[in-house]
Amino acid sequence: MALTRSFDAPGLYFQSRTRWRLVEIVFWLATLLPFALLPDYLILASQIAITALFALSLDLILGYAGIVSLGHAAFFGVGAYAAGLLSKYGWGEPITGLLAASIAAGIVGYATSFVICRFRHLALIMLTLGFGLMLEELANSAGWLTGGFDGLQGIETWKLFGHFEFDLYGYVAYAYSLAVLFILFVFARRLIHSPFGLSLRGIRENYVRMPAIGAPSRAHIRTIYTISAAMAGIAGALLAQTTETLSLDSLGFERSAELLVILVLGGAGRLYGGLVGAMIYMIARDRFSGVEPQYWYFWIGVLLVTVVMILPNGILGGLAKLAARWSRS
Amino acid sequence: MLPPIFGVLFDGFAYGMLLFLLSVGQSVTLGMMNFINLAHCSFAMLGGYMTVALMTHYGWPFFATLPCAFIVAAVVSVGFERLFYRRLYRASDLDQVLLTIGIVFISVAVAAYIFGTEQKPLPLPEYLRSSLTFLGLRFAVYRLIMIAIALAITALLVLTVEYTRFGARVRAAVDNERMARGLGIDVDRTFAITFALGSGLAGLGGALAVEIVGLDPSFALTYLVYVLIVVSVGGLGSISGSFVAAALLGISDVAGKYYVPAIGAFLIYLVMIVLLMWRPRGLFGRR
Amino acid sequence: MKRLLLAGVGLFAASLLPAASHAQGTVKIGLILPYSGQFADTATQIDDGIKLYLKQHGNKLGGMNVEIVRKDTGGINPPVAKRLAEELVTRDNVDILAGFALTPNALAAAEVSAQAKKFMVVMNAATAIITTKSPYMARTSFTVPQVNETLATWAEKNGDKSAYTMVTDYGPGIDAETAFQKAFSAAGGSVVGSVRMAVQNPDFSAYVQRAKDLNPQSIFVMIPGGSQPGAFGKAMAERGIDPRKTEVLGQAEIADEHALASMGDVAEGIITSGNYDYNLDNPMNKEFVKDYNADYNRNPDFFSVGGYDGTHLIDIALTKDGGKTDGDSLIAAAKGASWDSPRGPMSIDPETRDVIETVYIRKVEKVNDKLVNVTIASFPNVKDPFKAAMQK
Repeated sequence: MALTRSFDAPGLYFQSRTRWRLVEIVFWLATLLPFALLPDYLILASQIAITALFALSLDLILGYAGIVSLGHAAFFGVGAYAAGLLSKYGWGEPITGLLAASIAAGIVGYATSFVICRFRHLALIMLTLGFGLMLEELANSAGWLTGGFDGLQGIETWKLFGHFEFDLYGYVAYAYSLAVLFILFVFARRLIHSPFGLSLRGIRENYVRMPAIGAPSRAHIRTIYTISAAMAGIAGALLAQTTETLSLDSLGFERSAELLVILVLGGAGRLYGGLVGAMIYMIARDRFSGVEPQYWYFWIGVLLVTVVMILPNGILGGLAKLAARWSRS
Repeated sequence: MLPPIFGVLFDGFAYGMLLFLLSVGQSVTLGMMNFINLAHCSFAMLGGYMTVALMTHYGWPFFATLPCAFIVAAVVSVGFERLFYRRLYRASDLDQVLLTIGIVFISVAVAAYIFGTEQKPLPLPEYLRSSLTFLGLRFAVYRLIMIAIALAITALLVLTVEYTRFGARVRAAVDNERMARGLGIDVDRTFAITFALGSGLAGLGGALAVEIVGLDPSFALTYLVYVLIVVSVGGLGSISGSFVAAALLGISDVAGKYYVPAIGAFLIYLVMIVLLMWRPRGLFGRR
Repeated sequence: MKRLLLAGVGLFAASLLPAASHAQGTVKIGLILPYSGQFADTATQIDDGIKLYLKQHGNKLGGMNVEIVRKDTGGINPPVAKRLAEELVTRDNVDILAGFALTPNALAAAEVSAQAKKFMVVMNAATAIITTKSPYMARTSFTVPQVNETLATWAEKNGDKSAYTMVTDYGPGIDAETAFQKAFSAAGGSVVGSVRMAVQNPDFSAYVQRAKDLNPQSIFVMIPGGSQPGAFGKAMAERGIDPRKTEVLGQAEIADEHALASMGDVAEGIITSGNYDYNLDNPMNKEFVKDYNADYNRNPDFFSVGGYDGTHLIDIALTKDGGKTDGDSLIAAAKGASWDSPRGPMSIDPETRDVIETVYIRKVEKVNDKLVNVTIASFPNVKDPFKAAMQK
């Protein structure tokens, strides 16, 4: 069948994948609603947007290249500390701070990718975990640089574009985080709907066979891992800049583990999975912990178990399956 | 008189056995059944609370509570297995992660609700807290007991898995479920029993660990990393692998903290990374 | 299962209801504490201290009704702590921020207190610099240098000439190490060695063996409360360190009630320094311990009095400024406030807004077959030495 198609079929295929669907446009318009409807929740919204970006970065490697990482917060933290230190030592301009963070996290990602691309399965998970924990210990013992356990003091973010000051209500923080999320989302969308993205999915499905059809698995993994690390670094920098606080928890194991839960909850390998996961997890957490500060874990647990039981492959995965069944019948 | 290096080796080995006791159940569920059970330490915590409650409120002697910790964790886990786990044996790893993390969260909240957030001390008799002196070195009685139990469990499990009919069934069911069913093996039951065994061992490990590492609701999360490290370094599907890995990690951790305390915090992770880069399937891994 | 889900959905819906409007004669307090996670017990004890004070005073502070909004940081998480503080101020319209068990969280929220001009009461976090971060902040717990410098000076005066320090490699540990070493050397003692221990550390045998090899006259220990003190005590017993022969010194955590129970007899002789213990012998404390036990079925600890006295301070400030809830009036009224607490007389330093209180040196002894901390020396009106040094 493929033989009878004209030779620009791949181009058409990619074109059809990259067209924006209505539901996507509605989704992005809806992200603007908090400005009008929930102005009291903008700080939460900005932190959700940051977590969503972080989850998107994990999705690039986990959902599209099959690299399960339990140490992704390492890059989040490197980015956060890069931006935080830059600001502390006199350069609080936000946009260049993000660039510096992405470069710093990207370099660390590139360096570790040489190890990462050689391993699969449990060993890979444990190596990412090990690197993350080592970095956490390193940041703790380098207290002269990172401020150690007490956190880095003295971060001051300058006005955005020299005009908009980060306010107590979070208007600027949310607009800023959302804009960065959107730009990087568009980038990620292009990336995974490119031939490169397609070959990544091939690697996820069969690591050994891909090189045989001309896609170098290891080189591709190194590339996507570096991109993902840089993106996580930007997320970290956003959090450091918008909150002007930073401590070791930003690169800790708990953040990595929570991120994995968020992405899997939303649905890995579906672009919007991390976004939906971040929204649902963080809103549920905020609501439940507001009512029961001590026992909200219980309800989050119930949420996770329920989702697994009725919607396998995460919320989006499950919904897609239900929708497919519904349209068939 | 023995030089201090023997003391360090003994402490390290004993610490390793603590890690082994905490993780041996996981090398059954994750290692043999291939199920990513992050709720492992929740079952360990259950065993710990069982032992503490029986000793504090009912005055049971410590050793009598240990079988109880095993049985309660095993029985409760079968309930979970029937309700949840069974439906995810063939699901993706990620769904297993999500389910079991959900169970961890629930268990943490339930433990805080029932037992409170404070540390629960284990009221052990003084003779278990004493130590023996041998050739100028002191050996803690409790650590000796832990080592003995760890050795006994290893021997029992290895014998069961390698030499009994049940062990053969488990291996068959994990390696090729359809074929095993075809041969008339009751796979469901085999899995349920294996899962109960793993969780029971978790409960036992938890009960034994309380004396050294304490017990509060965050137990279910705190020791998870150590358990995963031991099982992955040991190699999936190998009990003796976990044993060797735990001993190696324990000794290097204690030796590192003794001789070079500046890198003490890194060492256990560093050893794991080096070992896994050398042998990605773990020391004795089969898969 | 279905009912459970319905309950969850109901809970969710309940959380969406708008907060009650700000009634006249009501003061609204936002509590930020790590209610869940590793530090949940600290939060529980602080919260119970607050609840007990309110209960004893008919849920009124300074004659006003009290409304409390509780927020969970889930452990060390400054971005979340700051967000919660901002939300409490902008959305819930609280008048006072209180709680704060952990230094990084307190530092993050301090910026909100300073920016929004809200009175902030730190009920536990003990790093010295915290109170300098907002002019609207007061503290009712203690500071790390306050208790540890007092301990070091006392130990040297009582015959310890050499000490080995063992601290956990994190903020409070390093602060304690600095404070102890500085005061101990200043008094004339010599520090023969020191070690910083891993934060995640289930087994102390290696570190204790190192200390024993050096055979110092005394060992200073600072580790986080919770599961570690018990483990430390056991390692000590196993390695043959007897606190009755080698002096073991430390901050209150290493000999709190639960730590003593899990260590057993080896704890006998440990000397700690702190601002409170449930065995303190004064009538007010006896009453406090009795009431606390009646409601929460356990003994209070220094976290509990931090919460109890923090609420007391809010009460005093509101009474003194006639019910004005703005930050300026409250902090002005809080400065110099002094009162009697279960821990003894205490006050707020008018210059630094930090706590001035008695520091007790206690020794673990067996009384009626139970291990308890017995006060052997007390130093009234101790100020935070860190800020005293800053002012010079």
